[in-house]
Amino acid sequence: MMAPTEGVSVTAISRESDPPRRGFSRRSFVKIGVVTGAGLTLGVTWKVMSNPGLPSSDATLVPNAFLRIDADGTITVMVPRSEMGQGVSTALPQLVAEELDAAWGQVSFEFAPAHDAFGMMVTGGSTSVKESWLPLRQAGATARWMLREAAAQRWGIPAAEVETRDARAFAPDGASVTYADLAAEAALLDVPDEVPLKDPADFRLIGQSVPRLDVEAKSTGQAVFGIDAGPNEARIAMVARPPVFGGKVRSFRPDAALAVPGVREVVLIQSGVAVVADGYIAAKAGRDALVIEWDDGPAAGLNDAEIFAQLRDAAQNNGRTVRDEGDVETALSSSEAKVRATYQLPYLAHATMEPMNCTAWVRDGRCTVWAPTQFQNAPAILGGGARQVAAKAAGVSADNTEVHTTFLGGGFGRRAERDFVHEAAELAGLVEGPVKVIWSREDDMQHDFYRPASYHELTATLNADGSPDAWHHQMASQSILQRLAPSWVPGPAARFAGRRDPTSTEGASDQPYRSPNVQMTYAMVDLPIPVGFWRSVGHTHTGFVVESFIDELAHAAGRDPYEYRRALLSEHPRHLGVLDAVAAAAGWGSTVPDGRARGIAVVESFGSYVAEVAEVSMQSGRPRVHRVWCAIDCGVVVNPRIVRAQMESGIVFGLTAALYGEINIQAGRVVQSNFHDYPMLRMNEAPDIEVVLAPSGDAPGGVGEPGTPPIAPAVTNAIYALTGERIRTLPIVRA
Amino acid sequence: MATFSVNGEARQIDVRGDHPLLWVLRESLGLHGTKFGCGIGQCGACTVLVNGRPTRSCQLTVEAVEGAEIMTIEGLTADGLHPLQEAWIEEQVPQCGYCQSGQIMSATALILGGNVPSDSEIDAAMSGNICRCGAYSAIRRAIHRAAEIQAERTGTRSGPASEGGDR
Repeated sequence: MMAPTEGVSVTAISRESDPPRRGFSRRSFVKIGVVTGAGLTLGVTWKVMSNPGLPSSDATLVPNAFLRIDADGTITVMVPRSEMGQGVSTALPQLVAEELDAAWGQVSFEFAPAHDAFGMMVTGGSTSVKESWLPLRQAGATARWMLREAAAQRWGIPAAEVETRDARAFAPDGASVTYADLAAEAALLDVPDEVPLKDPADFRLIGQSVPRLDVEAKSTGQAVFGIDAGPNEARIAMVARPPVFGGKVRSFRPDAALAVPGVREVVLIQSGVAVVADGYIAAKAGRDALVIEWDDGPAAGLNDAEIFAQLRDAAQNNGRTVRDEGDVETALSSSEAKVRATYQLPYLAHATMEPMNCTAWVRDGRCTVWAPTQFQNAPAILGGGARQVAAKAAGVSADNTEVHTTFLGGGFGRRAERDFVHEAAELAGLVEGPVKVIWSREDDMQHDFYRPASYHELTATLNADGSPDAWHHQMASQSILQRLAPSWVPGPAARFAGRRDPTSTEGASDQPYRSPNVQMTYAMVDLPIPVGFWRSVGHTHTGFVVESFIDELAHAAGRDPYEYRRALLSEHPRHLGVLDAVAAAAGWGSTVPDGRARGIAVVESFGSYVAEVAEVSMQSGRPRVHRVWCAIDCGVVVNPRIVRAQMESGIVFGLTAALYGEINIQAGRVVQSNFHDYPMLRMNEAPDIEVVLAPSGDAPGGVGEPGTPPIAPAVTNAIYALTGERIRTLPIVRA
Repeated sequence: MATFSVNGEARQIDVRGDHPLLWVLRESLGLHGTKFGCGIGQCGACTVLVNGRPTRSCQLTVEAVEGAEIMTIEGLTADGLHPLQEAWIEEQVPQCGYCQSGQIMSATALILGGNVPSDSEIDAAMSGNICRCGAYSAIRRAIHRAAEIQAERTGTRSGPASEGGDR
């Protein structure tokens, strides 16, 4: 039971006992609660399949959404996903409004509170639209069906004669009534078992670039991010965390910190020493004044050279087979002419524009949290989301813990972690009143969960026609899932006995190029660097490696890189579709301006297919990316402008990493600290980007991440075409 | 005691002279539209106008703005939308949105006095502002569009806003 708004009660039923199935259950069920004079609230619960991107096949996700129609005509869609720029607070309401037959201007949204009625609330894996595609349309369609029925009963005519548009029902004689007026009557009706969805040919909103619901607030300074949220009287805290990964506080002296004007308290918490003050500057000065003796722990001697030596050794000697077709060993030994390449990718920080922060208030056995989080709610067996983690840290029950999700100033996977929420809730449990923990940029960069560094050795032999006879790939990295396993995966020992991690090898273990003999091995390496999900996860490195190596093979075979790929992808029509679309857009094969060259790459990730062409020159020894063409097939397109924006965003994100992105480890700590030594692509370096939408199919794929993987290989392939230099270690521009 | 005006209103703030303006705006005055991004003047999220000039407020002490006129995103117009804001909405610029107050404040200088900026002027004025979502092309389009809106509002004719340029 929950009450999302005053005066409206909603009963949400979940069928936890239902056996998990793949795909949406046909009639998940809809239970309406409701009803007050205020209007109609639909509580919709549905089951979705377990995330195919995760190795677990038995975790059932049970998201849930609410649609509210108030008597004043407001139509509010509760969004149980986090808005971090990817447009989910527009796209999800768009699905509901389509089937509801509301005009776009009549629709608004609220972020859903963290609650079990919404099931597992996590925003990641580019899944929001994909997983909401049927359930949210069903929610809208069900509400429309009931409103139409209410109108029919009022007019005494068959429901089939009632038409709906712009949140209004129309009778054949021209009479009409608003949904708002019908809401209370509709709420008394039984919920229909199954309601037909619209034929896509009848879509009026899906497929249209309707305006985002968040841009006005974000253009006027009114949007509330985590750093802006919570009670005005909240004290500000900063935390001194161990500089070396795995380090601990041995002892500390708070006196000098407490002597700083505005500093109120110094508190030892699990993550370090917190300084609570009247404002950010006092908290920072207090923290600077702390005297702490650290126990650096065993990682204190770790550096990049040792890390990459371990990765190389593991890749060469300790790999477990994750793909094995044909007989690679025989095929490799039967040919003298081998193509070999070694690729190496660094750790990367997320560097969201809004540094980590969280506000918490613990009083009277209750905990309230304001957080820019990608992960609000999850069952205990999965380690919990922000709500469960905050409850535990504050020593209260999850039922007595509220999480208010704010706008996120970037996410990229960083905010799927729960560390910053735990820290604030723990601290709030130890001090009086509300407290906001703010991380400095340096804190954020040096205490991230990094994209894992990885090492790859590839070997291939070619047939007489130039196609690969054998493809052998040995990879090593840390595993993100292994770190999360105790909390994410039931029976982690069983799962990781095989030392496999599909999120590390995705994109490589299933690379699509035709070859009779293919083998991939993966070596999971244990290192004390915290690693996490980073926009496009495994594809961030496998996309670079596979698309670089296929380019090397094309050149070794003396073939055009685009034509070579085409020939090896003949059984993969969606890869071919975007390759052809991007080649046509770029005019592949036509004359390129003097001093420039082009590279191409194609990667499938998160259910979408993206091909990119980059046009590059070298200026003073550094690459300059002038233009990028991008073609995406993400199935059906819900909002074309948002899809284009996400492609541009993913390209700039991936290009930033390809050119500059590198987190170095020296003496067990991160070398980089801020944007001066972890640079971001800026406007004067941003390429012109042309995006072609090449939709296919009838269900959407993801768009938040798939734009990122192809850009790094497209650029390095272009550099090779221009200079003959093959870049196999990222970043391209090294300090 | 620091004395300056913010969005047209005289303010006296009881803080040390070396206190950064950013945190006075956010914490003492509750103006949250101006954002903290890096604290070292590298990202531009904290950009405000000081006597009309885009300036990073995270590095600017209150004693350095004694007597100055400060303008934040909240005070950009007395009512309605500034041409930049109208253009930002029209072009659907923001993604996560965190950097956008700073982007808009930096862009004000570009269209000042009816100026119609070129792409290279935009590069020069805007490259101090990081957008981690990579909305740079939309920001560029919106600045060109804002110059047009400004011209439409003042009834003057604006020339073609885009230049070819060798990008």
